[in-house]
Amino acid sequence: MSYNWNWDIFLSPTPSGESTYLGWLLDGLQWTLTLSFGAWIMALVLGIGLGVLRTVPNRLLAGSAAAYVEVFRNVPLLVQLFIWYFVLPELLPTTLGDALKQTDPLAQQFVAALLCLGCFTAARVCEQVRAGIASLPRGQRNAGLALGLTLPQTYRYVLLPMALRLILPPLTSEFLNVFKNSAVASTIGLIELSRQSQQLVDYTAQAYEAFIAVTLLYVLINVLVMFGMRLLERRTRVPGYIGGK
Amino acid sequence: MEQFDWTSIPGALPILADGMLITLEITATAILVGILWGTVLALARLSGNRPLAWLAAAYVNLFRAVPLVMVILWFYLIVPTLLQRWLGVSQSSDIRMISALVAFALFESAYYAEIIRAGVQSVPKGQVDAAFALGMPYHLTMRLVVLPQAFRNMLPLLLTQAIILFQDTSLVYVIGLADFFGAAYKVGDRDGRLVELLLFAGAVYFILCFGASLLVRQLQKKYST
Repeated sequence: MSYNWNWDIFLSPTPSGESTYLGWLLDGLQWTLTLSFGAWIMALVLGIGLGVLRTVPNRLLAGSAAAYVEVFRNVPLLVQLFIWYFVLPELLPTTLGDALKQTDPLAQQFVAALLCLGCFTAARVCEQVRAGIASLPRGQRNAGLALGLTLPQTYRYVLLPMALRLILPPLTSEFLNVFKNSAVASTIGLIELSRQSQQLVDYTAQAYEAFIAVTLLYVLINVLVMFGMRLLERRTRVPGYIGGK
Repeated sequence: MEQFDWTSIPGALPILADGMLITLEITATAILVGILWGTVLALARLSGNRPLAWLAAAYVNLFRAVPLVMVILWFYLIVPTLLQRWLGVSQSSDIRMISALVAFALFESAYYAEIIRAGVQSVPKGQVDAAFALGMPYHLTMRLVVLPQAFRNMLPLLLTQAIILFQDTSLVYVIGLADFFGAAYKVGDRDGRLVELLLFAGAVYFILCFGASLLVRQLQKKYST
């Protein structure tokens, strides 16, 4: 069996004639990047908030944050995505749900994927933030409070600036995971990178070229993110710690 | 807001159970192969042999850089071709299942290799020196001294990874294999009860994974010294 390699396929026009197959891949890349960055920002904000809640003295608040983490960590990402996409519109009041179903399908897919990835990653960021705060000496919190700072001020000026710098390396791998997990959005039809590779296979039957190109793009994203985060780590590392200045 | 109707679930339980069997089969195979092949990769990466270490590192880093969805699609492209060319397996055999098994086994090996590498590195260096001083060759040192201690240290991590793997098997949906989630989706689609079936599947996954993670936590408490 021989396979006809044809790398020129990327430059040939698509059936609609408006774009080339390379253009499709770049469109997919754009969706992957938009989705991942959006979900990452959401995950950081929500995750830091939840991570703080997990360490506050109030039992109820800490307990709810812990429950959030358990729910989002113990249900597969694919199931969560399908629940956001198929189930949520049905659970909303009828008028709102119907209005949601009338909007542009691409917008529906994107919003569902964004909420799903954001909430899923937030649970993981939360655990990192909690671990970071827990790794600080207890004296830090006590010193902050003894100086007359309120609890929120202690978090804002004493605990978080240290904790966030310490957990930067594990956060890097969570950031990388967001890009990889964004491929799951292809299952609800969002035309991100891996969906486009399947489209290319359907339209051109040049499966190997399409998969190799997309795989290389994912590896490239991976390398760029690692490089960027390493620069950030170097800028923010804490003097006096292992790996510090 | 629609009314829930759970009546299609009891009748669908046999289909869902068949799906769960496929999920468990993929999970078990991937854990077994993942730990064995992962150990080989980890030891290769830690070995003094430069080309070998480099190859193992390339394998691990490549698999860890690519989304699991792409890996599953890749193997669904490659495996059927190879099977037909080398083994003459007919089209009729369950190619989706074989592709999924190969994809998960090789993909998870990369993740297990990293856990095992960290586990091996957590063993004090004096242990290796002591074994060498006793005249043990490399393979005995690893098998009798280093690996038993390393596996004991990393048992919670290996089990946690197994829980993640169990959840990830739902992604075989992309090649149309009816694992537990695929079965639930099909039943829901057939009966027009997608909402109920998806919530049911989510609840089952949650109970199983949450239960397992509680067990892991207990184990960790028991073994931590």
